[in-house]
Amino acid sequence: MIILISVGGLSKTFTLHTQGGAEIGVFDDISLEVRAGECICLHGPSGAGKSTLLRSLYANYKPDAGHIIVQHGDESIDLVNAEPWEVVEVRRRTIGYVSQFLRVIPRVATIDIVTEPATTIGIPADEAHAKAKALLARLNIPKRLWSLAPATFSGGEQQRVNIARGFMVDYPVLLLDEPTASLDAANRQSVVELIKEAKARGAAIVGIFHDEEVREAVADRLFKVAQSSVRKSRRNITAVEPVA
Amino acid sequence: METDLAFDDDDVYSFAYLDEMTKRMIRRAILKAVAVPGYQVPFGSREMPLPPGWGTGGLQVTASLLGRDDRLKVIDQGADDTTNAVSIRRFFAEVSGVATTERTGEATIIQTRHRIPERALTEDQIIVFQQPQPEPLRRFITEEAVARKIHAFARYGVMYVRLYEDISRLGHIAMSSDYPVVVNGRYLASPSPIPKFDNPKLHRSRALALFGAGRERRIHAIPPFTEVKSLDFADYPFTVQRFEACCSACGAQDSYLDEILLDDGGRRAFVCSDTAYCAERRGERTES
Amino acid sequence: MKPRAREILRVERLSKTFGRVPACSTVSFSLRQGEVLGIVGESGSGKSTLLRCLAGRIQPDEGKVLVASDDHVVDIWAMDEASREQFLPTTASLIHQNPRDGLRLDISAGGNIAEPLMAAGGRHYGSLRATALEWLEKVDIEGWRIDDLPEIFSGGMQQRLQIARGLATHPRLVLMDEPTGGLDVSVQAKLLDLLRGLVRELGIAVVVVTHDIGVARLLADRLMVMQRGRVIEEGLTDQVLDDPHHPYTQLLVSSVLQV
Repeated sequence: MIILISVGGLSKTFTLHTQGGAEIGVFDDISLEVRAGECICLHGPSGAGKSTLLRSLYANYKPDAGHIIVQHGDESIDLVNAEPWEVVEVRRRTIGYVSQFLRVIPRVATIDIVTEPATTIGIPADEAHAKAKALLARLNIPKRLWSLAPATFSGGEQQRVNIARGFMVDYPVLLLDEPTASLDAANRQSVVELIKEAKARGAAIVGIFHDEEVREAVADRLFKVAQSSVRKSRRNITAVEPVA
Repeated sequence: METDLAFDDDDVYSFAYLDEMTKRMIRRAILKAVAVPGYQVPFGSREMPLPPGWGTGGLQVTASLLGRDDRLKVIDQGADDTTNAVSIRRFFAEVSGVATTERTGEATIIQTRHRIPERALTEDQIIVFQQPQPEPLRRFITEEAVARKIHAFARYGVMYVRLYEDISRLGHIAMSSDYPVVVNGRYLASPSPIPKFDNPKLHRSRALALFGAGRERRIHAIPPFTEVKSLDFADYPFTVQRFEACCSACGAQDSYLDEILLDDGGRRAFVCSDTAYCAERRGERTES
Repeated sequence: MKPRAREILRVERLSKTFGRVPACSTVSFSLRQGEVLGIVGESGSGKSTLLRCLAGRIQPDEGKVLVASDDHVVDIWAMDEASREQFLPTTASLIHQNPRDGLRLDISAGGNIAEPLMAAGGRHYGSLRATALEWLEKVDIEGWRIDDLPEIFSGGMQQRLQIARGLATHPRLVLMDEPTGGLDVSVQAKLLDLLRGLVRELGIAVVVVTHDIGVARLLADRLMVMQRGRVIEEGLTDQVLDDPHHPYTQLLVSSVLQV
């Protein structure tokens, strides 16, 4: 199988200058490979650095050391050392990211928010619109809400809008940060199906799934993230073990 | 020029009122203005025995040009017999003793306010315009430094705004006098408050045209045979006024007409604004 | 990977001092077509001075401002003033925080859009009018207001009109100084969305100066943080805001009120 993400020696420490320069080591010397069509679940206690790792994979956080090599079209790009415009390009075409919270321009209609990632890479507006509508329908967002801005939506609705946005483009790599956290059973099932379809088309998926049922349904492997010591003295022990 | 320097002991004034050094200064400004067509050349405007705004700029230009052999014609709104024209003509007759005329063809220097004679001028003539405001951008640009930069970089978009606004509000370009022109394809200039009817006469005119603004202390020139383009749009070309009537005195159909009220009942008639032109035409008719 | 777009602006070691106060110290960056660069920092950090140096308004003491022209790259401060005045108006547009600084309030909305086009040589009323209408529509101002004076427009409409005026000449580079500054929050959002759409549609390169972190996040692809005339941190907007490294950036980000 093709390796789409290859992480090696990745370390991350936060230095909080506003709090007396405290250093918080998050993880140290992480290595991870994700292949096309597989879904890896980041696992570990709260605060272990799962979200930090996921955000690092999206180049949202800047790791201190190591590499994150992503297959972008015909090229391999190291996100740790990539130019900003390269990262933008990778995010536009290769890596999709569903965050826990929807962060968009206020007063923009839901349908336009969902459509945007597709039109940005040049997919015709009508085609993008059709797909956005189909996704919103699958995620049970009532039709009457499509033309409204999501600011007043419930937490679950906002999250589903966020998911729709993340699945608009058939990204080769998908990063999912607790996509089902505030969803009911029916909607969880819709998301599970979307993830399974993405796997079937060969997407490499890395996610944080707290819901055991979802995890069982989609994850092929668990990747344990353990907190490193504050001073980065101790090498992380990370292990990959098959699910069940 | 020797004759210019002649000083009559009996006379309390220099020839043509201004002292010789002042006239030299003004002539230098005129030469510069001729060398850079349409460019406003600053000059040291003097006090004249007329209030500023009554033609002191034109007066100073004329004074610095006059020689003993010149023949001066002065018109105001086209007429030789209005108060201003008569006063200025008398003034120069008094302080220089040069001959004066009302006939356009006989004059060597014509000082004018608000008109260009109907009869085509020749290369032997100079026409001097009295100009209250030489800066066509002044209505939009109050800062002189900014206006100068606009001229320097020839970025005249703001002037076209005026035309644009006219068309969008009124359907046509409404400016009917002091209609701005581009001289020699370079400088935007004001032709002084002449009706736009007269603008085409400036284009490739055989006579030298000088514009003097006394209060604003600027002189600009349109040398003979210079391209003068009135501002317009490709789809709203420059046009001049058309008169449906003809002159009720001489029957002219090609001249700029003044409307006069004949009685309290509102009866009106049109006559040539150029009195000399009208008189000459009437004379020709009687002769023939 | 090949750069997806042409470099439009490159600033090399730009410095400007007012008296003894350094406003910009050795600032360098580059900007590509379609990219939005945000410059954040508190008042007095030098971001507005930097923008004015880029717009040809303030001459830097040192350094270069290289701007792409049709077929080559020009250093705007190495040109003579006349060439610069010829080059910049059709290449770069400056959008002021206060629309009153960028508009003529006593001429119609249409006239405001048409003016820079006429300055660039537009001499056909019909097409000027058509372009003005097209731009009014783009910035969500109804066409029937084309002959209204911007004096009677709301602040948000004035700002949108200023943007239309600035973009109608198809500049490659747009420089914005706090474009949402004087607007109330509800109008800001709409304007931000409009700006994002225009940037994408027109493929222009934008430098936007703001002290509003929220505006920077929504508008800018990349961010430069300035403090006392220096660039202290730069990178992708979300990187800088979500994982700030410099003490000042951390302070700036942590000072934002969360709604």
